[in-house]
Amino acid sequence: MSGIPHDHYEPETGGAKWLHSRLPIVGLLYDTIMIPTPKNLNWMWIWGIVLTFCLALQIITGIILVMHYTPHVDLAFASVEHIMRNVNGGHMIRYLHMNGASLFFLAVYLHIFRGLYYGSYKAPREVTWIIGMLIYLMMMGTAFMGYVLPWGQMSFWGATVITGLFGAIPFIGEPIQTWLLGGPAVDNATLNRFFSLHYLLPFVIAALVAVHIWAFHTTGNNNPTGVEVRRGSKAEAEKDTVPFWPYFVIKDLFALALIMVIFFAVVGFMPNYLGHPDNYIEANPLVTPAHIVPEWYFLPFYAILRAFTADVWVVMFASWITGGIIDAKFFGVLAMFGAIIVMALAPWLDTSSVRSGRYRPMFKWWFALLVVDFIVLMWAGAMPAEPPYSTISLIGSAYWFAYFLVILPLLGVIEKPQSQPETIEDDFASHYPKSGTPAE
Amino acid sequence: MFKKLAISAVAALTLSTGAAMAAGGAGHVEDVDFSFEGPFGSFDQNQLQRGLQVYTEVCAACHGLKYVPLRTLSDEGGPHLPDDQMRAYAAQFDVFDPELDDFRSAKPTDHFPSSNLETAPDLSLMAKGRAGFSGPYGTGLNQLFKGMGGPEYIVALLEGYTGETKTQAGVTLYENTAFPGGWISMAPALYGDDVEYADGHPATIRNESEDVAAFLMWAAEPKMMARKQAGLTGVIFLTVLTVLLYLTNKRIWAPIKGKKTS
Repeated sequence: MSGIPHDHYEPETGGAKWLHSRLPIVGLLYDTIMIPTPKNLNWMWIWGIVLTFCLALQIITGIILVMHYTPHVDLAFASVEHIMRNVNGGHMIRYLHMNGASLFFLAVYLHIFRGLYYGSYKAPREVTWIIGMLIYLMMMGTAFMGYVLPWGQMSFWGATVITGLFGAIPFIGEPIQTWLLGGPAVDNATLNRFFSLHYLLPFVIAALVAVHIWAFHTTGNNNPTGVEVRRGSKAEAEKDTVPFWPYFVIKDLFALALIMVIFFAVVGFMPNYLGHPDNYIEANPLVTPAHIVPEWYFLPFYAILRAFTADVWVVMFASWITGGIIDAKFFGVLAMFGAIIVMALAPWLDTSSVRSGRYRPMFKWWFALLVVDFIVLMWAGAMPAEPPYSTISLIGSAYWFAYFLVILPLLGVIEKPQSQPETIEDDFASHYPKSGTPAE
Repeated sequence: MFKKLAISAVAALTLSTGAAMAAGGAGHVEDVDFSFEGPFGSFDQNQLQRGLQVYTEVCAACHGLKYVPLRTLSDEGGPHLPDDQMRAYAAQFDVFDPELDDFRSAKPTDHFPSSNLETAPDLSLMAKGRAGFSGPYGTGLNQLFKGMGGPEYIVALLEGYTGETKTQAGVTLYENTAFPGGWISMAPALYGDDVEYADGHPATIRNESEDVAAFLMWAAEPKMMARKQAGLTGVIFLTVLTVLLYLTNKRIWAPIKGKKTS
């Protein structure tokens, strides 16, 4: 493994040497935890630890919940109530799992937007970015299927709407939808396969997380300046970096503990605030809720899905040019998945030679607008699909695509970047003028 | 600049999430100060017992509570009935026992009966299933700051009859200011003095509504007290941990940042 030069593990005792010559696992752990990390990382670099914690929290609470849950359409809702009322501590485990999903997505969005601002997706970290996007897609699938399991009204109707998206694919849509559902409609077969996959996918995510970490341990972390760590020699690298342990482990744990204070306050005092109340009504295929709304973390993409109605000119054009094969519904589906695909392609759409947004005067404002756009789309996604919300969704969706497909490629050409610090050491010294001198 | 952006993004995310709850419901609901609101609020045991009385003597004629085990009536943090009272309460219901192939009187381990009427919804989770009306403008701020939710809706619904009726497709509908759409098929249930409270509390429509709403909140969330306790314990211990980690972090970074360590 290439990367930043640093000390490696040397087994000292006889037992350690014996193990190291057979399985260098201690060395692997040592290299992982002692990775030289840019010392100027700011507080937006804590979300990785928070996300790792969330994954562990969800897997552990999930495994406990499975011990009492029954995946059957007649029993699922009652079994969740059994967990909430009769299982010792069951209500806390379930509320942790439920709100853990929200924390997971809050953290992943901040993590992704961190990467978008500081150009973490740019060469040589494209593979880390692409794997991250895959993890994000897997998370969405897992969260969606998990939401179906309590078999409440929003579970059932959410599943009906989202699997219906696959039915919008021309020609082969309906057979695919039937194949996904295991029948003509959302029923017991659907619940069982969602349960099975909801249990499986987190372990796939865990494996992808390992690859994600492997990838950025190979390239080294990005940092707020976007300037690379000097790698000429170990001594040079040590001017720009500190080892991950203990400096960033303790820093990240401090941030995690602070976030946990807020998280426990939410779980203890308002655990249902982020959920939809309709999911406390058992699923009823005969009664459609007034508004079918996904969980908050899907709302921006739900808004994009619904934004492209039949009276929008791009939809009319697409429909005309394909002879009606692409209708408004299918266009919406393409737009929703397209919104994530353009984000995944950011490494190749961004033409700027400067990595960090900190030194890009024009980029800063377009990026700020993207953050606002994301929040507006989230709000519009929760609103009914009628004017003025449909227009707001359409403008928001248009900006999302414009940012990645037009603004990022153009900015690299027209923008005049500001000067960057020569080294990470210089940047760090500008914050902490005494850092060069030895402490007393 | 990014720091400020990040903070405002987090704030806006937190606020906009309430928007999910905005959808549906145009009825008029007012805030009620329930004893169980807020991080330190707790159920008023006497109110829950009065609410149980209203539920038993009025609501139970049509509605059920099929997810609520009768034994939980004597749980701490709930109505906390003495054991013998709970058993006597349970014994008034007849349940079908498949093993006996016959009816027998209910035991504490049985649940409340389900609804008598096909059209009357089960009330076990009603106080949580009707929490999502809180505005303003789909922000959910009323729910966040005033604690408005299902119990407020139940009070507003029980008080919201205007006296107007109409017949639609052979069904009589009653005008109600809290019900989404304005017309509900449930007839007014409370007229005042529908029950006689043992503690001499005046049985006005308002009191009865609030009492039964509190009882239904307990029925929907019987572990609320335990949950808040766990939340508070978690917050206190994690705050201590946060302070310790803050100091540790400051100390280990001091030499790197060229600051003095004491």
